Amino acid sequence: MEKLVLHLDNIQKNFGGLSALKDVNLQVEEGTTHAIIGPNGAGKSTLLNVCVGRLKPDMGKVTFDGHELTGRKPHEIAQIGVARVFQTPEIFPELSLLENVMIPAFSKRDGAFRLNGYQQLSAQGELRAEAEHILEDVGLQELMHHIAGSLSRGDKRRLELAMCLILRPRLLLLDEPTAGMSRHDTNRTIDLLKQIKSRGMTKIIIEHDMHVVFSLADRVSVLARGQIIAGGTPEEVREDPKVKEAYLGGAH
Amino acid sequence: MKNGTMNDLTRFAIFAGVVLAMPLWLEPLGANYPDLLQKFAIYGIFAIGFNILFGLTGYLSFGHAAFLGIGSYAAVWSFKLFTMNAIPAVIFGVLFAGLLAYVIGFLSLRRTGIYFSILTLAFAQMSYNLAYSVLTPITNGETGLQLSQQDPRIIDSLFVEAGAGLPSTNLFGMKMSGYPGFYFCAVMLIICFFISMRIFRSPFGLMLKGIKSNQNRMNYTGLNTRPYALTAFVISGMYAGLAGSLLAVTDPLAGAERMQWTASGEVVLMTILGGVGTLVGPMIGAGLIKYFENIFSAFNNNVLADIFSFLPDSVSEVVVSVLGLFVGSGWHLTLGLLFMVVVIFLPGGIMEGIDRVISKFRSSRQPVADNKTVSSQNQPGE
Repeated sequence: MEKLVLHLDNIQKNFGGLSALKDVNLQVEEGTTHAIIGPNGAGKSTLLNVCVGRLKPDMGKVTFDGHELTGRKPHEIAQIGVARVFQTPEIFPELSLLENVMIPAFSKRDGAFRLNGYQQLSAQGELRAEAEHILEDVGLQELMHHIAGSLSRGDKRRLELAMCLILRPRLLLLDEPTAGMSRHDTNRTIDLLKQIKSRGMTKIIIEHDMHVVFSLADRVSVLARGQIIAGGTPEEVREDPKVKEAYLGGAH
Repeated sequence: MKNGTMNDLTRFAIFAGVVLAMPLWLEPLGANYPDLLQKFAIYGIFAIGFNILFGLTGYLSFGHAAFLGIGSYAAVWSFKLFTMNAIPAVIFGVLFAGLLAYVIGFLSLRRTGIYFSILTLAFAQMSYNLAYSVLTPITNGETGLQLSQQDPRIIDSLFVEAGAGLPSTNLFGMKMSGYPGFYFCAVMLIICFFISMRIFRSPFGLMLKGIKSNQNRMNYTGLNTRPYALTAFVISGMYAGLAGSLLAVTDPLAGAERMQWTASGEVVLMTILGGVGTLVGPMIGAGLIKYFENIFSAFNNNVLADIFSFLPDSVSEVVVSVLGLFVGSGWHLTLGLLFMVVVIFLPGGIMEGIDRVISKFRSSRQPVADNKTVSSQNQPGE
């Protein structure tokens, strides 16, 4: 068995009286793609927020490759090698696509802060080539001098993915990476994500589209009402009666 | 990317040429006397520095006058204690302003948006009140800090006998009043512009633009935004300190009113009027406001009557009495109208107007090629 890199131990998170996550335990193997599925409001995005430091869990801890992530600031977690694609794309809308990708490229090279006021952008040939290469991977190289805010929703998602990939993260968290994309673009994104899989990156993916889940995931966990109710290979989960109930039966 | 057509070196050369030639081309506008030219250069520095913070990071400081004031006080103290040479005065001004900016920035940058603005305003008003009353031994309160015959001037007294009367500021013997004073400020302005240009084109500048655009994404990209914003804040505070010390170099006294909130507001107006986030815009805004303040306010009805003397008497009387409202002490009214027109029709400031004129001129010459890039960039999102 491969090494387990990500551990979520007894995670609990309450919002006021509402408990969003109840004692969630999850282990992810290195280099695999782990899908988290579940009905709306099950706590999927909250779980990712806990992983990247946007939310602090009330109890429990998250460890990635020996680093405890709980209580750290988002930029520290990102420097450890955890990147995230958001449900609504978080990009730099006023800047060009190339600049959007250059910023994470500097973060990868220079760390969280470096006073780099004397160097000029025009002299960053190596990083620029890398940025252009990543944009080519996601199929946006022709638009690289355009302003990111002018992109379509699907293109914004692909740009955000490029921004995460140039960080060469060891753990990539994807929150519905294909929502709002055409079938054609969805398939392209699936191909792209499959390629990264062969590069040995661990991925957690939240997705409603079962086509995407079954094309990509090695393991699936089902989250409902803040608890993991089932887990296993995609085939096992598909046949699990509890899953069918959570999705179809819903009300108790 | 936006102004990729012009090489930075050319841009810098043009800027330097235009600034140094100001006494020539401002003559027809009636603004070529050294006192005013110095003000153009000094407030240009103030606005260019302010723009490094506001234009790049989007943090709107309402307290930059505090740094202008401390720069003046530090410079005058340097004149009093050490020497009348302008160089140490400028260095002290920049240093102390940088220190104060570090403290104020460290505390204020914990908040963003309007809360940040209010915090900086509060700190500046506190500095003003300290200078006005509490710190009177250092600032000489209401009267303002002035030179006096009894000042030690340690370094100067080693070399020259103190003459009768107050000494004047100098640069290794060259008096810093009149045109030499202007050229000293102009050279400082050109250096400041160069540094600002380098910052705009550097990875550091790109990070600042990222902070303005999406601070969340910066954090999740592994970038610690606080030290970046603080560095920008300190740099722009140092620019303001330089401007303040130059005010003292050209006229060696410092008063608390320099720290008033109106002075902080003025630099905001200058930057917005000229064009936030552009390289030259703030300088244009600063020049325009100082021009209005000094030239327009000197117009009176007699001058207007002269201008319109070609009209029949009855008509010219009406014209003069209406226009009279907008000149002289009414110059604020004209400036206010101009500001409204710019903000409503040209949110990118005067620089946006210039860009539009240039691109219109270009597209009428080569309609196919340019239209394509312009329209594709301006496509609405989604």
